[in-house]
Amino acid sequence: MSIRGKAFIAGAYEHPDRKIPDKSVAQVHAEVAVGALADAGLSLADVDGFFCSGDAPGFGPLSMADYLGLTRLRYVDSTETGGSSYVGHVGHAAAAIAAGKCRVALITLAGLPRSQPPARSGRPSGPESAFESPFGPTTPSMYALAARRHMHEYGTTSAQLAAVKVAASQHAQHNPNAMLRNPVTAEEVLDSPMISDPLHRLDCCVISDGGGALVVVAPEIAKNLPGRTVKVLGHGEAPKLQGSRIDLTHTGAVWSGPRAFAEAGVTPADVDYASIYDSFTITVLQTVEDLGFCEKGKGGAFVADGALLAPHGALPFNTDGGGLCNNHPTNRGGMTKVIEAVRQLRGEANAPVQVPGCDIALVHGTGGSIGTRMGSATLILGQEDA
Amino acid sequence: MSETRQLPAPAPEVNPETEPFWAATARGELLVKQCEECASLIWYPRSVCPDCGSLRTRWRPVSGRGRVYSYTVNHRGEGPYRDCGPYVLAYVELDEGPRLMTNIVAADGGRLGDGELAVGLPVEVAFHDTGEGSALPRFRPQSH
Repeated sequence: MSIRGKAFIAGAYEHPDRKIPDKSVAQVHAEVAVGALADAGLSLADVDGFFCSGDAPGFGPLSMADYLGLTRLRYVDSTETGGSSYVGHVGHAAAAIAAGKCRVALITLAGLPRSQPPARSGRPSGPESAFESPFGPTTPSMYALAARRHMHEYGTTSAQLAAVKVAASQHAQHNPNAMLRNPVTAEEVLDSPMISDPLHRLDCCVISDGGGALVVVAPEIAKNLPGRTVKVLGHGEAPKLQGSRIDLTHTGAVWSGPRAFAEAGVTPADVDYASIYDSFTITVLQTVEDLGFCEKGKGGAFVADGALLAPHGALPFNTDGGGLCNNHPTNRGGMTKVIEAVRQLRGEANAPVQVPGCDIALVHGTGGSIGTRMGSATLILGQEDA
Repeated sequence: MSETRQLPAPAPEVNPETEPFWAATARGELLVKQCEECASLIWYPRSVCPDCGSLRTRWRPVSGRGRVYSYTVNHRGEGPYRDCGPYVLAYVELDEGPRLMTNIVAADGGRLGDGELAVGLPVEVAFHDTGEGSALPRFRPQSH
């Protein structure tokens, strides 16, 4: 069984704020939920499937569903694969809809890491923790290790990594809600303070409050809605688990990508626009290689050649400015990646970066760590009639 | 150039499954798990073989020698590392195969200068006492 054409994204909403000191996390979940449902022409009373991930406040998905008054739920899913969760949730929602388990699925994300950093999790630490945390790993340093190894094996340079940020900043200047709207040069990236060698501050995504939501519906619901919907064509997931031999030069996209392409019946050459998870510049560079947009190891040359620039690059990416410039709500970029792909397919991206004739979009989410325990989800979306 | 100031050595969380590993570090011995069915070396140490699924695993010592697989000088430490200044986080590939997260330190246990670091640098284990009955397996350039 395939999910191709069995579900449609009917609503998408990105919270406009990047700093929200005066609201609760649950409140922001509600604002984005209502926003996405309004975008679809639906309401909370229509929702019978609910998806959030492990960072939602309270007990699994139950507290948020209760807060939102989702009394008609038939299906819940709180899959937690870090920032890739929401990309995976779209695939899970489509599968649930295809199986007849629900018809209107709501996916929400909200968090306030910028103005209200959360207290330490009370969850038991992972079995790996004692063998890693005493050595002082941080999220940027883990990706820096990957960048260093990629440089060693393939000759990738800091200037090539900087090209990813330069392209994102070119796009962000057209987004009035973006956190960082000023275009930057590669020199400015290289001159920014070193965070974890070889990653500079401008190689890292922003930390922002906010959130977003999506509404995925069955075809019979989609055809009666007033607005343009987006067809779910394919989905692939592949947590990267390496055991004793961690490898820092590839991502889970080497498996999730082919699964999604196969289900959608398309190839990388068919993709008009891509939302690529951009926690760090190296994340993008490795992902475009692993998804097959260029040869493995040639990602540096690919991005430095302007491939990522919208609207006319070989692979226009992250036209909202991505996590590097626009928004990385609650340190989880998967939601905003799906939202910008929906905008592109509906022709609603900011005009200077709208890809003309955008028929097929790819979304890739990354989560968790990078050597192993990496969440990876790829989604392929198309026009209503794709 | 190395500074003599030592890195923080926060104590790991020890549980019944990992107690033999940490007790060995206090004796200056580096252990990994080995699967008794398929002979895989298992890192991080655990009681199930991630390669074949066997629950029959045993502790075995390794040489403590290897090479730097990748490294970073982290300028923004968190928690116990918040105020310690830049430090080297790395993966070391042991001669026996597994790749371990660790820190690279100078021969005297202090910081290693930037120019002394390289992917492929031969290193050997150096245990840093946590003061709680365990020691962190860090690595320094091989002395010979």
